[in-house]
Amino acid sequence: MPVRTTTASQTIGPFFHDGLDHPAWSDLTAGGALGQKIRIEGRVLDGDGQPIGDAMIEIWQANAAGRYDHPEDSQAKPLDPNFRGFGRVGTAKDGFYRFTTIRPGPVPGRGNAMQAPHINVTIFARGLLKRLVTRVYFADEPANAADPVLGTIEDPSLRRTLMAEASVAKSGSLPIYRFDIVLQGKGETVFFDV
Amino acid sequence: MLTIAMLAALGHHDELKLHIRATQNTGVTQDEVKEILLKAAVYAGVPTANAAFKHALKAYSADGEGGHAMTESSVPYRHERAGTHPPYLHAAYGSTVKRAPSRAPLPLAQTLSETTGPGANGWSWVGAEMADLTRQHKGTPIGERMIVAGRVLDEDGRPVPNTLLEIWQCNAAGRYIHPNDHHDAPLDPNFTGAGRMVCNERGAYRFLTVKPGAYPWRNTKNAWRPAHIHFSVFGPAFATRLITQMYFPGDPLLAIDPIFQSTPDADARASLVAAYDPELSEPEWALGYRWDIVLRGRAATPVQTDAEH
Ligand SMILES: [Fe+2]
Repeated sequence: MPVRTTTASQTIGPFFHDGLDHPAWSDLTAGGALGQKIRIEGRVLDGDGQPIGDAMIEIWQANAAGRYDHPEDSQAKPLDPNFRGFGRVGTAKDGFYRFTTIRPGPVPGRGNAMQAPHINVTIFARGLLKRLVTRVYFADEPANAADPVLGTIEDPSLRRTLMAEASVAKSGSLPIYRFDIVLQGKGETVFFDV
Repeated sequence: MLTIAMLAALGHHDELKLHIRATQNTGVTQDEVKEILLKAAVYAGVPTANAAFKHALKAYSADGEGGHAMTESSVPYRHERAGTHPPYLHAAYGSTVKRAPSRAPLPLAQTLSETTGPGANGWSWVGAEMADLTRQHKGTPIGERMIVAGRVLDEDGRPVPNTLLEIWQCNAAGRYIHPNDHHDAPLDPNFTGAGRMVCNERGAYRFLTVKPGAYPWRNTKNAWRPAHIHFSVFGPAFATRLITQMYFPGDPLLAIDPIFQSTPDADARASLVAAYDPELSEPEWALGYRWDIVLRGRAATPVQTDAEH
């Protein structure tokens, strides 16, 4: 049995920007990461469909080969010295956020299962007394069919909330994946208890 | 997992069996299910939990190839104990009403995605000077100079080494430098209110700052936030990420602050309040407040496995 009580979570509040927001952290590829460079972007919305302009989003992901930059990931896959896998960005007034990153490779799940490529997402905001956790999957990814986490979600309309859809990019620009995060109500994103 | 605990507590054993089977697909371990049922025993009484246990074992043995689903390559972090964290919806804090999800979060058995996390290779850009919020400008900020120090630990009391702490706070008058803070209190040209540091290998951290003031907010008429410092901590994994607030002992606003009061468990609330520490205070210089941060611990001691590596 644990001997201590975990420190309770409290809201990030509306005034975190000077402490936490580093605009450079929204580009995970700045160091010259290997792999397919992409944009993940979208809006964060509340239960009335109104934009949330004071949220902070963090992402954590594997590199293009499907390896996390962490000692517990001992897979025989290469590390990319120019890719750490962590990003953070605050939403703009209109609820909009954007990351520049690379498409991650697949990573192992529990047992012998393989997980489809995904990005782990944390959302903090005023009005969230504790963080929300979700995952970005790629709608055009065949491996989704065998993903053990997606496999627990039977309702296709719920699964769809985890799918970043490729939108038509202007020629020469990066592929754009759209991922809106709806905290409540119509189109509410599936959040996870990890 | 919550569902399992609820069903066990309510004695709905057939449904329980179905849910335990479902968790096998997501790779929840037998040990985790056991832990949940033990928790249920605390709330529902031992006879109910014993019955639930029997049904759980049946669910496992009924599955011919359940074996490999239960092997694991990394040890998960423990789940939050009931009442020790706030709920999403807490109507007394008005901003939760349109932002709290309507569905409970879906239980997800931790994988490498959750047991790894940012920062394992150091936060080398964080300099020692970033822990001193009183020397970021030409002059000295106004207010009670204070040291806030403590340790980052896990639930088993083990230090969490070398993790990034980020703090932000208003000035001594209760005003943030933030453009959206319209509180009619003076800005301090010598105070930004943001600090960072990486705790040492024993989990110890120490900031030098000034004591933040209380400030009004629009949650209800005449509402004031108790003085607090916002803390952001990573810990070793995606699963251990925490943002919280540290409060001060003896603050009369704590009893009526809906954010502080949102955590049901009294001990968990009390652990958000720092202690005045005369040993930490420095004569003729600064008051000392001690505050330890406790992150989720492992459900079991991590073991090296040679499986598929
Ligand atoms: Fe605050």
